[in-house]
Amino acid sequence: MNHIDFSLVDWSRAQFALTACYHWLFVPLTLGLSFIIAFMETIYVKTGNEEWKRLTKFWMTVFGINFAIGIATGLILEFEFGTNWSNYSWFVGDIFGAPLAIEGIMAFFLETTFIAVMFFGWNKVGKKFHLLSTWLVAIGSNLSALWILVANGWMQLPGGMKFNPDTARNEMVNFWQVLFSPVAINKFLHTVSSGYVLASLFVIGVSAWFLLKKRDMIYAKRSIIVAASFGLLASVFIMLTGDGSARAVAHHQPMKFAAMENLYVGQQNAPLAAFGILKADPSAPGHKKMDFRYLVEIPDVLSYMAFLNPNAYVPGIYDLVHGNPAHGIPSYNERIAKGLTAINSLAAYKRARLAGKDSLAAASLTTFEANYSNFGYGYYANRDVHELIPSIATSFYSFRIMVFLGLHFFALLLVVLILTVKNKIETKKIILYTALWTIPLAYIASMLGWIVAEVGRQPWVIQDILPTIAAVSQLKASSVQLTFWVFALFFTALLIAEIGIMLKQINKGFNA
Amino acid sequence: MFESLSLLSLQEYWWLIVSLLGALLVFLMFVQGGQTLIYSLGKTEEERTLLVNLLGRKWELTFTTLVTFGGAFFASFPLFYSTSFGGAYWVWMAILIAFVIQAVSYEYRKKPGNFLGQKTFEIFLVLNGLLGTLLLGTAVATFFTGSAFSVNKMNLLDLTSGNMPIISEWKGPAHGLEAALNPINLSLGLAVFFLARVLAILYFMNRVNHAVIMERLKKQLLHNAVPFLVFFLVFAGWLLFSNGFAVDPKTGIVSMEPYKYLHNLLALPVVAILFVLGVAAVLLGIIRSAFCFEKCHTKGIWLSGTGTVLTVWSLLLLAGYNHTAYYPSTYDLQSSLTIENSSSSHYTLTAMSYVSLLVPFVLAYIWYVWRAMDKKKISTEELKSESHVY
Repeated sequence: MNHIDFSLVDWSRAQFALTACYHWLFVPLTLGLSFIIAFMETIYVKTGNEEWKRLTKFWMTVFGINFAIGIATGLILEFEFGTNWSNYSWFVGDIFGAPLAIEGIMAFFLETTFIAVMFFGWNKVGKKFHLLSTWLVAIGSNLSALWILVANGWMQLPGGMKFNPDTARNEMVNFWQVLFSPVAINKFLHTVSSGYVLASLFVIGVSAWFLLKKRDMIYAKRSIIVAASFGLLASVFIMLTGDGSARAVAHHQPMKFAAMENLYVGQQNAPLAAFGILKADPSAPGHKKMDFRYLVEIPDVLSYMAFLNPNAYVPGIYDLVHGNPAHGIPSYNERIAKGLTAINSLAAYKRARLAGKDSLAAASLTTFEANYSNFGYGYYANRDVHELIPSIATSFYSFRIMVFLGLHFFALLLVVLILTVKNKIETKKIILYTALWTIPLAYIASMLGWIVAEVGRQPWVIQDILPTIAAVSQLKASSVQLTFWVFALFFTALLIAEIGIMLKQINKGFNA
Repeated sequence: MFESLSLLSLQEYWWLIVSLLGALLVFLMFVQGGQTLIYSLGKTEEERTLLVNLLGRKWELTFTTLVTFGGAFFASFPLFYSTSFGGAYWVWMAILIAFVIQAVSYEYRKKPGNFLGQKTFEIFLVLNGLLGTLLLGTAVATFFTGSAFSVNKMNLLDLTSGNMPIISEWKGPAHGLEAALNPINLSLGLAVFFLARVLAILYFMNRVNHAVIMERLKKQLLHNAVPFLVFFLVFAGWLLFSNGFAVDPKTGIVSMEPYKYLHNLLALPVVAILFVLGVAAVLLGIIRSAFCFEKCHTKGIWLSGTGTVLTVWSLLLLAGYNHTAYYPSTYDLQSSLTIENSSSSHYTLTAMSYVSLLVPFVLAYIWYVWRAMDKKKISTEELKSESHVY
């Protein structure tokens, strides 16, 4: 496979990563803030207190600024599956396209229709209809997240499909298996709850700024009460679903799990690297092996986390690459050979069909089906098997920083809620400054979560079935490079505009 | 219910739905048309703000229809998604960027601290209106005129020939931009551009409470309706007399057939009726608004809007029904995409068909909200009392 244009693959990956990261800068705030606004408006409608209406409107304006750029950046992602990953679009479009279409029909129209009522309907529709619209926007936003995350979950654990040799693609055979795959469910719950936590921390951070400035104190404290209660609940949920997500990775994507832990050689009673600093191992250049410069371990925890059994065996990177017969793990070279057999037997099947040799076609198909689970490895024939290892340092550090920040968020939300209930929050300047500076940390943690999920699964677009090198569109690398920079330029300019507008709008205060 | 339908019936059903979404998108592109008119209709800041706000309450509907159109096309005909988007890269990228700049422009235009300035966001709106309509119209015209590409699913299994293992390959370096050099494609692009402006004028007539703007709308209507009609007639005339890409229903072999689209029109009487009714309604909406202004100007958008949906719907049905290749390849006829060789499986189309039952419900709540929000016309004075203004 020396003819593959790797610079095209790399630029296509870079463009998708760039656009996805920019999109994800705005989505979590939309997911969480939509509910926070709905809670506030519900209190307004229940109590009739105009201050709650003002509060709702203030956060609604912030929501609107964020929502617009979220839409702008999201459009590209949907179409990029076609523009830059055309093979992928055919190879799994029969399964992957459906969630995207359902997302549009079920969620996007709900969001966009009722957002018009939310912003412009205060004097045009009744209070209850307006409240209903605000809730429908929140539900619509979260429903759209459901469908795209189901699609992403399916890419990490493909199921509910069968390869059709005549159409040369995977076809859906069980919609419910796609929708309710354990990875998809965990991914959805973990991702949306991370959005709720980020939005809560955003609202608390902005409110802390008002308290530090001694402006609009009542509004700020009310905002904190709503956000901290919501955020704390979501924070507990995020820990539970994070645990489930990690276990799903251990079961279905062992290489990603090993990279997240920098576990080179597998072991029973595997310890968890609670804290570690990595260094490259010069003895194995090209093998991506990393050693620990510093390491703090907790015995048995990794085995327990992965398989709920402290004695369980957790495979390491070496075992996955070179195989471990004692634990029934085939080597990557064996998997590559099987993948190549799958590719060649499918080609033989096609040729036999065209020639009308039915028995040869049937035999080729049987061989193909027996080896299909390793199909994607075939594209790595005559290549260095270490290309199948993701970036260990990126996975390891991203995962740890995300978890540490998650613990910080939980503690902060708890402290802020208690202090606000006791009406002491405005006197605790350190807590208020911490809350303010936690806003960027929330964005960092949220982004790192995606980096763990997506870098850790490289090089697979569809786990074990389709690698990035076989999924791209036939373009010149320079064309993709150009659009990469166009998007980088546009999105950065729009981000600067968004931040500028947001800061000015917040500075106006609740009574503007 | 849908399980019992044949694969062909499901393919035809989904072509019907995708075509309807495309038709609704063209109607809703009155937003884009309106964006290209903000400077010619709005001479003062106040007037422009009124126009922008009228469009701003509908832009997300157009945008969402575009996204859903893309998603539905992907789900039902993934080979089109794979071939056209990956092949005609520059056209689709230009269209997407034109919509990206639109998405922030309403919200950010007048907000303090917007970094690029109000004028930039207004130019973004104009660019979106111009490129969005022109390029989408040009791209859709290739459904009839064809593009140069090849499709070979066996490429995926080719590990030795030195080619990338890629199924769809675009021929020529322009990656879709070459479509703009074809006068027929361009005439449909320009027809869509002027139609979007005509629909925008009719929408403004329905919504605006401003005497000076209303006078300008009256003048602009015919200025845009005439070029629309000229370009539309060029395209429609070519279509009825041109060769088309016919598919042999038994062998699947694609060949050129004289007067193919005229034959389709005659073979599909319901589509023909939709086409005639659609064109008549578009024209009637324009004529009544222009020549019976006092009584009729508020209703033009509904008549011409419905006509637009019917016309575009019927044109797209002509492209895909009656054994026709809807995305023809001029490089290799046998690589042409048909609703049969490019669709999703029976199972997926069935599952998606159940989801499609939500469409009438979605249309109903959109209609309900539209009516609730647009009970009365808006003037610059009334806009000042609004809490959320673009």
